[in-house]
Amino acid sequence: MSLKTLKTDLAIIGGGPAGMSAAVAAYDAGVRNLLILERDGALGGILQQCIHNGFGLHRFGEELSGPEYAHRYEEMVRQRNIPFKLNTMVLDLTQDRRITATNSEDGVFYVDAGAVILAMGCRERPRGALNTPGTRPAGIYTAGTAQKLVNVKGCMPGRDVVILGSGDIGLIMARRMTLEGARVHAVCELMPYSGGLARNIEQCLHDFDIPLYLSTTVVGIKGRERLESVQIASVDENRRPIPSTIREIPCDTLLLSVGLIPENELTKSAGVPLDRTTQGAVVDQDRMTRVPGIFSCGNVLHVHDLVDYVSDEAAVAGRAAAAYLSGLEPGKEEIEIVPDGLVRYTVPQRLTRREQTRIFFRVGGIYRNVRIVVRDGEREIYSAKKLKVAPGEMESITLSKDVMRTLSGGRLEIGLEETP
Amino acid sequence: MSKPVKERELTCIICPRGCSLRVTVLDDGTVSVTGNSCPRGKTYGETEMTHPMRTLTTTVATADGRMLPVRTSAPVPKEMLFACMAAVNEIVVSRDTDIGDVLVPDLLGTGADLIATGSWKSRT
Repeated sequence: MSLKTLKTDLAIIGGGPAGMSAAVAAYDAGVRNLLILERDGALGGILQQCIHNGFGLHRFGEELSGPEYAHRYEEMVRQRNIPFKLNTMVLDLTQDRRITATNSEDGVFYVDAGAVILAMGCRERPRGALNTPGTRPAGIYTAGTAQKLVNVKGCMPGRDVVILGSGDIGLIMARRMTLEGARVHAVCELMPYSGGLARNIEQCLHDFDIPLYLSTTVVGIKGRERLESVQIASVDENRRPIPSTIREIPCDTLLLSVGLIPENELTKSAGVPLDRTTQGAVVDQDRMTRVPGIFSCGNVLHVHDLVDYVSDEAAVAGRAAAAYLSGLEPGKEEIEIVPDGLVRYTVPQRLTRREQTRIFFRVGGIYRNVRIVVRDGEREIYSAKKLKVAPGEMESITLSKDVMRTLSGGRLEIGLEETP
Repeated sequence: MSKPVKERELTCIICPRGCSLRVTVLDDGTVSVTGNSCPRGKTYGETEMTHPMRTLTTTVATADGRMLPVRTSAPVPKEMLFACMAAVNEIVVSRDTDIGDVLVPDLLGTGADLIATGSWKSRT
């Protein structure tokens, strides 16, 4: 028996904010034969469980909740009659853009696509990645799992909560659990600064008198059937726990908000080279990977702070995929962008055309009064002053077409320097 | 000349930018805000010193047991957040509720409506 094979011009893997925005942009650029493949039972991705507000200020000029933001894009998808398959798991992707997928209606089937946009998003780092010693009782959740339990399933994971990690999801869940009647005893952050937005520290912690302990981590977990307590300790400048500072907090729930990892199993199976820092694909200004015809955007490419930026980036990929399908030649240049270490990574990592280009990047620590400097060999081609840069906030610069035209060769260095 | 009677450092929560505000209340009752990048930051700083307000986002149960996301149509007094939560947690709504539907007009006299921000209508 041969498996069903669908043919499409453009296949989009993932129906979250990135996938929907990419599909809409590709459609508006003329692609009519396209298909979104979504693992979940609805479009919208993680936004469905992000019921708090703060989404859409850039994209729509108003403050929306996650489901409302997703709804706007779902409407755009439906208005254009862009087809999508829900409850459909993509199992494999090859370099020549054959997708193997499965769902309960079609069984296992192939999709042969002229171009593929990867929009699978990211997942949370789990407890296993932390090597925290102790027992393995019930009551330990990633913050996102707890968010789904509370906001979608309507059940509370516990009553007395400690949160490890001060990323935005952890902060949002501190408030959410408190509003639903739980006591959040502490938010512990390994680093000397929070990884979350300042506004979330204010409105999720300060509003409810929830303490944030910086340079502090969980060093022990106790409880047989159910979590009974965690031990927390301050850490030294090398992030090693200081034994004399260990103290115990009774609790029945530990939420982990300790980082997000782009979900790139399919990317790897297609032989797409990854960036070791972002753990997403290496892409050019069009968000095309090193494999022609395969594009990547959103949190599967690099973890974003704001969904608005995900939508923007996915639209770039959608338009570029449309151009690729119409036979436009990919750029022939090969300009590599090299971060200096203080700048940890850039997206894109390479440029293939000399046109106006926006480069996004993240820094590795909190730095004040710095200049962002781009050099072409010895020559400084761009600089901008910043009062403060922080790892939790993605930065961007725009290189003008005029600057791009003057580049001598294949390598740009981007870094931070002290202001003179 | 009026003198400052109260001064606070605040982080603006209006948008992800999170500006650091310095808010000063003068003895003639006027409030001055510095550090804001937009007019909404000024309003936030003034309100925060006089009567802090927050938009509430939470969920309500639907008749078939699934949760539906909701929010207040406008910020409500911060000290009423838990009273609003208690009221909202009493509600069960129809599964045909659509996004944008008003579920409770003028929630607890706050002037803000409780509105649905999601829908199960078109979903399986």
